[in-house]
This record gives sequence, C-alpha cells and structure tokens, in this order.
Amino acid sequence: MSEYRVLPGPEHFLPPAAASMGIQLPNPGEAHINGVIASEDKAYEEAARQFLMAKVPTIFPGPLVLWAWNEKAAKKATAIRHLYNTLKDCVQPGQKAMLIPMPDYRPKYPKINPEVEINPNHPNLTIWHNKIDCCMFVGVHCHQANLSLKIIRGGTSCYTIAMCAQAGHEDAMLSFRDASVEKIMKLADTIKRLKGTVQPRLETAKNGASS
Amino acid sequence: MSKERIQISEDLYDIMPSDYQDLVKNATYGKEDRGWKDIGTSKELIEQHSLCAGCPESMAFRYILASLPNPEDTVMVGSTGCTSLVFPMVAVHNIHSLFGNQNAIASGLKRALSVRFPGRVKDVVVLAGDGATVDIGLDMTLQAWFRQEKFTTICFDNELYANTGGQESGLMQKGFVAKMAPVGKLFDKVRLPEIARESGCHYVVNCTVSKPSLVEKVIRNAVHVAREIGPTYLQLYTPCILEIGKNSMEGLQEMRDSEKPTERFAYKEYISEPAKQLLAELAAKDKERKAAAKQLASQASA
Repeated sequence: MSEYRVLPGPEHFLPPAAASMGIQLPNPGEAHINGVIASEDKAYEEAARQFLMAKVPTIFPGPLVLWAWNEKAAKKATAIRHLYNTLKDCVQPGQKAMLIPMPDYRPKYPKINPEVEINPNHPNLTIWHNKIDCCMFVGVHCHQANLSLKIIRGGTSCYTIAMCAQAGHEDAMLSFRDASVEKIMKLADTIKRLKGTVQPRLETAKNGASS
Repeated sequence: MSKERIQISEDLYDIMPSDYQDLVKNATYGKEDRGWKDIGTSKELIEQHSLCAGCPESMAFRYILASLPNPEDTVMVGSTGCTSLVFPMVAVHNIHSLFGNQNAIASGLKRALSVRFPGRVKDVVVLAGDGATVDIGLDMTLQAWFRQEKFTTICFDNELYANTGGQESGLMQKGFVAKMAPVGKLFDKVRLPEIARESGCHYVVNCTVSKPSLVEKVIRNAVHVAREIGPTYLQLYTPCILEIGKNSMEGLQEMRDSEKPTERFAYKEYISEPAKQLLAELAAKDKERKAAAKQLASQASA
C-alpha cells in the first residue's frame, strides 16, 4: 500500500497525480479518505465534518447537473440544492456556505468572474477569491474534475471532496463513487445529524485557503 | 445536442452566470430566419473576445455565428491562429485541431456524426486562418475536397501569420513587405478559390466581410450546399490591421478598398450545377414559407 497521502496543499506547482503515487480508487460501496480506502459510511461522516468545520464550505456543481440533459440530471440538481440549503442551515455564524457553478469547460481566461463561477482550467482563482477552504465537486466530467483537483491541491490549502458518478477521484482528499440522488441526500442527512457537534475552525483559517 | 437540450436545471437556475441564462432565454438557437440582423436584439453566440480592438476578424466571427443555419447542431473545427483565441468564447460546439489538421479532423467528425446521428442534420464548419488552410494544412484541405467531404471550409485570409509577428504566408500578395518578411513576397498570392473549384468544391466565394448581409448569404449557402452536396469553400478577407500598419478604425475601409472590381478581393463566386439547383429549390421554399407566414399574419390582424 502506498505511503503517499492526498492532503490539502499547497503541495507544489505541479503536484503528482495521486494515481502515479500508488493511490487506488475505491471499489463499489467504498470511498477513499486522503487516499486510504474507507467505508462509505465513514466517508459521509468525514465529508460532513469537513463541511461543518470549514469557514467557506462550497459546492461546485458541474455541467452534468447544471444543464437539464435528462430527468436524472434534473433530480440530481434538486438534491444538490437540498444539500446546499441543509449546509446553509447547519453552519454557524462566521461560516459562509456557497454554491458556485462550473457551467462549462471553456478556458475563459482571463475573463472568468471568480465571484460567480469556477473554471476547470484555473479553479484556484475562484478558491482564492472566495477564500474557500472546503469544496465538493459534483456533476463534473472526470477528466475536468481531475484537472481541477490537481490544480487546487497544487496551489491552495482547500480540502476537496468528489461526489463522482463514476469510479471516484484519487486526486480529491475524499471521494465517493457512483454518485446518485440518494447519496447526495444521505450526505445532507449526515450534515444535519452532525450539526452542532463539530467546532468550526474559524480561528485557524482566518484567511481561508492560502495561495 | 439539440435546442431542446439547452435548458438549465430549474433548481440551479439562479446560480448560473447571467450570460448562460441569456443564452437559453434570448439566443437564436432554432430560429429559422436567424441572421446578422439579430445582432443587438438577441443574445449573440460570442461573448467578449480577446482579439485586438477593431479587428475585422471579430466582425467576421459575429456575422458568421449569427448566420449559421443550425448552430445547436453545428460543430466548428478551428486551428492555431487568432481564431483560436476566440473559440473559447463561442457558444457553439468546437474543436481545436493541431495546426493544419483541421480538414482531416472535420472529415472524421462529419463521418462520425452521420453514423452516430443518422436521422439528424449535423453541420461541420472549419474555420481557420490562411496559414493553417493554405500553407501548413494545404494537404489536408485539398484531400478533404478531393474526397468530397460534406463540410464547409472557411479561411480567414489576413494574408500573413499575424499573431506570430507577421511572417509571409502563401496568401500574402506579391511584393508585400511584412515585419518578419523584409525582402517582400516574391511570388503571387496562391489562387485557392480557383484551386478549390478544380478540387471539387461545389460552392466557392472570395470576398471581404465588409457587408454583413453578403456574409450571411454566403455562409448559409455554403452550409446548405455542404450539407446536401459536397465540400464548399469561403475565403474571407479579414485584414490584420496591426500587421499592415492601420489603426483600429481603419479595418472596414481597408476591406472596402480591397473589394473594388480590380482588387484581389473583388467578389468572386463559383456554384456547381447541382448546387445551383439546390439553392434555387431552397430559395423557392423560403419564399413560399415567408408568403405563408405573411398571409397568416395578415389574417390574424384582420
């Protein structure tokens, strides 16, 4: 088993792909936390804890859910909105939950407005601008999510979570696989359950993610 | 993709940046009579671009995107050059190819789309500069025409390699001295419109982009002919004002000067017999449709 751990950065300008460091993807029914395979239940708890600890916990929905391609996409969008509303209700004063879209993958540099969107080619701009210290990607095509996750790990100290509909992401600090409406709702339930039991790290993360 | 799929999920609509909301609400996807006159009254398929102030290429881009008959089912193929700075801002599917490869990419793409969507009209439009079309990619350009691939090739002819500092290109006029071609061009401008005709293109036009209605007409014709009959080619003069020593506001005049009857961009058009027949049929249908719509409108108002 690899000794490498996928931890919040900044790692360095070009962090290695976690897969090249021996990190493996979880099997169905599992997840990974920092590159170590864990049960899904443990991952729900850890993801909820990270969200509740963060100063600016943020959800980044991607094109697969932002656009109503089909009924399933629309249902996932509804679940994501529910997750965000739950998170907003559960954070304490001083914390700020955000929901920032990744509408497409066009490399819109330098026109990107980091206040209202995130782009996979320079996600660090949105992280830095909003001082985001914990984020979750959902509905982003895998290759673009990998690109974003690596850039974020390379240049920021943001904790990354991937709610992946395929096999998961080694480059996230915590990754679910086979994402579904039920899994998104279960994460929302876990956040609700842990409300008030997690101390936000407002003192230690005064400036959010560092550059 | 089709127009019906360009919808934002209701629960996340409010967080989408306004330009995407505008695209869904106010763009001209699916509008039968879309054209350059929609510019200013509807959402354009191009956001702010990163070209130089006053660049005629930006005008050309706007007219072309406003004139595509079927933008929601069109894939554009670009190449290295100033055009590749614009494609990231364009709300039409597009692929950036390797320098010069654009017509090879488009050939495969068009064939793949026909297999994947047999019952649907899918247009492919190549848009590349003169370096990609005539110098580096001439092989791919010609081979696609020889094979009668059914897509449109548009060449933005600025007569040199603009964004690398002004090197000589095959489409540069004879004798022209550029910043990185100090000796002056020693041979004539390659006559690609004639070559296109001889290589099997069914619709060929050589013009400037000074007149939006003309650009609209030739784009629509080229796409329709390519869809039904075979390859089409448009060579559009989009001068690089920086490299020819002009100011931002002088691009339009430069094009007007270059399209005079004796000049190199005087309007030239070639239409093959099958293409003529098709365009006549389309014009007749269009006339019929407009007459019916007019009648319906007058009945409604009566």
